[in-house]
Amino acid sequence: MPGFAKKLAGFAAILVALWAVNAAMSREGLFGFGLGAYEAEVLMLVGINVILAVSLNLINGFTGQFSIGHAGFMAIGAYSSAYFTVYHGQDLERSLGGGTFAHILVFSIAILIGALVAAAMGMLVGVPSLRLRGDYLAIVTLGFAEIIRIVILNLDVVGGATGFTVPGSVNFFWVGLIGVLTIIVVRNIVRSDTGRALISIREDELAAEAMGVNTTRYKVLSFVISSAFAGVAGVLFGHFKRFLATPDFTFIKSFEVIIMIVLGGMGSITGAVLGAIVITILPELLRQLPSIGGFNFADLRLVIYAALLIVIMLTRPQGVLGEREIGLHWLRRAQKAPEGDRQVGDDAGVPITQRAEAADQDSAGGGGQNR
Amino acid sequence: MDTFVQQLINGLTIGSIYALIALGYTMVYGILRLINFAHGDIYMLGAYAGFFISRWLGFAGEPSLLGLAVTLVGSMIAAALLGMAIERFAYRPVRKYARMTTLITAIGVSLLLENLGVVIFGGAPRSFPELFQNETYKLFGNAAISKSQLLIFGVSIALMILLQWIVYRTKVGTAMRAVSFNLNSAKLMGINTDAIIVFTFALGSALAAAGGVLTAQYNPTIYPLMGIITGLKAFVAAVLGGIGNIPGAVLGGLLIGAAETFVVGYGQQIGIPSTYRDAVAFAILILVLLFRPSGLLGTTVQEKV
Amino acid sequence: MKRTLMTIGLATLLAASFACEKRGDGAPTGSGDTGPIKVGIYGDLSGQTSSFGQSTKNGVLMAIDEINAAGGIGGRKVEYVIEDDQGQPQQASTVVTKLINQNKVHAILGEVASSNSLAAAPRAQEAKIPMITPSSTNPKVTQVGDYIFRVCFTDDFQGAVGAKFAANTLKAKTAAILGDFQSDYSKGMSQFFEEEFTRLGGRVIQKQTYTQTDSDFKGQLTSIRSAAPDVIFVPGYYGQVGVIAKQAKELGITAPLLGGDGWDAPQLWDLGGAALNGSYMVNHYSIDDPSPAVQKFVAAYKAKYSGTAPDAIAALAYDAMNVLADAIKRAGTTDPAKLRDALASTQNFAGVTGSININAQRDAVKPAVVFELRDKKLVYKETIQPGGSAGAAPAPTAAAAAGATAGASSPGTNANGAANSNAAGSANSNANH
Repeated sequence: MPGFAKKLAGFAAILVALWAVNAAMSREGLFGFGLGAYEAEVLMLVGINVILAVSLNLINGFTGQFSIGHAGFMAIGAYSSAYFTVYHGQDLERSLGGGTFAHILVFSIAILIGALVAAAMGMLVGVPSLRLRGDYLAIVTLGFAEIIRIVILNLDVVGGATGFTVPGSVNFFWVGLIGVLTIIVVRNIVRSDTGRALISIREDELAAEAMGVNTTRYKVLSFVISSAFAGVAGVLFGHFKRFLATPDFTFIKSFEVIIMIVLGGMGSITGAVLGAIVITILPELLRQLPSIGGFNFADLRLVIYAALLIVIMLTRPQGVLGEREIGLHWLRRAQKAPEGDRQVGDDAGVPITQRAEAADQDSAGGGGQNR
Repeated sequence: MDTFVQQLINGLTIGSIYALIALGYTMVYGILRLINFAHGDIYMLGAYAGFFISRWLGFAGEPSLLGLAVTLVGSMIAAALLGMAIERFAYRPVRKYARMTTLITAIGVSLLLENLGVVIFGGAPRSFPELFQNETYKLFGNAAISKSQLLIFGVSIALMILLQWIVYRTKVGTAMRAVSFNLNSAKLMGINTDAIIVFTFALGSALAAAGGVLTAQYNPTIYPLMGIITGLKAFVAAVLGGIGNIPGAVLGGLLIGAAETFVVGYGQQIGIPSTYRDAVAFAILILVLLFRPSGLLGTTVQEKV
Repeated sequence: MKRTLMTIGLATLLAASFACEKRGDGAPTGSGDTGPIKVGIYGDLSGQTSSFGQSTKNGVLMAIDEINAAGGIGGRKVEYVIEDDQGQPQQASTVVTKLINQNKVHAILGEVASSNSLAAAPRAQEAKIPMITPSSTNPKVTQVGDYIFRVCFTDDFQGAVGAKFAANTLKAKTAAILGDFQSDYSKGMSQFFEEEFTRLGGRVIQKQTYTQTDSDFKGQLTSIRSAAPDVIFVPGYYGQVGVIAKQAKELGITAPLLGGDGWDAPQLWDLGGAALNGSYMVNHYSIDDPSPAVQKFVAAYKAKYSGTAPDAIAALAYDAMNVLADAIKRAGTTDPAKLRDALASTQNFAGVTGSININAQRDAVKPAVVFELRDKKLVYKETIQPGGSAGAAPAPTAAAAAGATAGASSPGTNANGAANSNAAGSANSNANH
């Protein structure tokens, strides 16, 4: 590994880049160069969706489980942190004398609360349901997310059906920083021993268990981490939109995140990032098209998602990037296999050639076998 | 007492609809180990098919049992064709891939049908024409049963008997059971498995469409997203009864229908507001999967290496 | 590490390059006294409540056509941009940001569903672009800020009107409420109905809820039937109400149903049919109102939209656009601050949905009309004036009339609506919160 200094320099570079983008999004602009509020809004949503997609990829892409309840955890994070900000955060900020530092402190607490509550809920959902096989798990996560939404709807303390107005201001610095953090954390997990355990579960759960991997423990772990990040994405979403309402957290949102990672490639971090960018920007670009004969192309957003999903599955089920990552090596010579995941993915994975076997197996990741 | 009986009738009515849809889930899962997410949307499209058929043929204006029968059969045929097309063009090409791939494809098909529905039919609810003269019969006290409820019971029982007959008394049914038992062995025995799978999809879709038209007759409002929640509940019913098990699907459907109606009717007295109606099915699902994953009538399958 | 860095850099670049396409758009619109007047409209044009969005669009466009045919406002033509939010709050705030920053609209008209208006209003408030919601009735919407207005009455008034009608006219002693629990509109109305009905000596003996994805209401109705109330208050939307009426009849329920403006759509009759006979609806205006203004509007609307009768949503949207045009005319400019002040001082504006007075809370103070539903027609029953809070409204004529006809609504009615009771104190209509 390169030295500590190199890492530090890299992080500093990221901070500077974030600061620059953030400044460009402000009213004053960066050296007279500024972004429109609408473009800034889309960029914020891209950032939030990157967090969601990368974190969901940990479950769906690397661990090979299938969760379609990510919106539920996002909602938990959004509402719990909004509750804190509305009922305690504002007072706390005032008692600290206001100012930037107080704001940063209070918002950090809000993020922490969102992450912890979502993680706890992830644990609650994960522990019992991860004993289930792939497609049952999918339905259970969907069910849990719906239950979460219905419960929130019944809580008048967070606005119930009317929606919940949240004071707050999130700038791109926060979103970008947490987005980068998510990417780094997920990447480090995937490359660690834990990550190999997760990937072994994806490739063959029974074999992994036979090799002494505590599969339930690792599955729950990936679920908890992923939920925590989804919760943080919710915190950012709520404090950025400044208004929360349950129609934004239906399973349509969960599907949207799934489409992002399926598009980019299950098991590819950069793929998830790419998917999040495309899926967030695409509908906004469609809005720019003129409506013809009263027909609006923006209305086709969900039709396009769905068609995209089917076409990808039919033609390239591992997603555009599969398990590959975009990086510097693309500019260099042929790609050298990164430390861990490729090995397992390509050679050690059990090829699924027979449908009957496939049916009996735990879903073995979209990628790997048909390259 | 009459209130209780009334709630039971109400619950069993929706339960019958869930049962009809659950049959499709259970048959497809039994054969392909695939949760056909699009099944709920076929139920929706069945209702829309009924809507257009009854309008084009002019049954909407003048209620008659013949009009209802033609509409019902017509939409069942339309849905069967649609089910076959979906199998052929979306599911068959991905059948060879991992299960996750087929599942995502199913989700994609479901989203596509829903959103095409929104684009083509419009998102707002439409009212389904009255196809026969509805009447209400008093039972005792305040309890009453309506003709549309009787119709739902009658048609669903008839269809379930028909299905039972097809599966257990005909050659194609025997083949279906063979395929569901072991697809590869069935193939080796000379069964045209592709044809059997197509037939299963057609059968399941036709039942869902029947459910769609019957529901629309009972609650005359249809909209493109009506299949999502109903479909999910029907799936839960299939799991509750034991997935792959035909009587189980029926039992599961009736139980889910009754359970959610009782939550609406009596939940308040034990502190569960009726708003939790949709959560009931999911709560049941989670409990079943935790304590009896094979369902009420199902048998446990050991995982093979 | 390098790889990640590169990746992140690439991602940021990609995102930034998209976002930079239109750089420099950020500055808010300056005061424009020349050139066309741009109005932004947003609503649900393709989602489940799209019939409301379409009605809104039709109403606004008709008003714009009329204004342009008459030479525009002060010689300036009106242009419009329509955005679809698909009924999702998240998209509502995004499209309003787009309308303001990319399309540079001078004013925004929009949303029916209060949660969508609530999601979008902060964006308009922040950019200081006046927004008028034609038909969001939740009191919270205009509390977002001083640039947010509405031309309809609020849930507290509507719910209270329903309660008054039930207690005073129908002489009901007991009531059941069957509400749509996913809709803030329905929740608000239920709450205010119950408060007022209880205050008038009635008792709410059953409370049941459903969701918009339900199509079977027999469970709830059977419970209500066993409680045997004198009246059933159903503050929901037409899509479910029609079916509820039908199923109530099937169960032999004879108590009348009573509801609000959410019922108002042509589809109600398709869904409910004869089962709706004898039900009552609180609404903004009556299509059968013989006044020439209303009849002219109805005729013009039918002519323009192939015979479709305008529902209240369309009428309110039409009024909203005309209130805006009136304010621009009086302000003589589209400068946001001046336009806002002009909107805030709208008094006795003769709209098709009644005389509109904007009070200090930027809410319209106007009467409500109660109809009986009979054979696919709305039969006029009575007009209930805004009482109580009307004293606060700087509208002497309307307030006086209010006192006379329906003095019943005492200040107590609005105990909940902090906004309205505060109104009594602040005479200054431009109070900046």
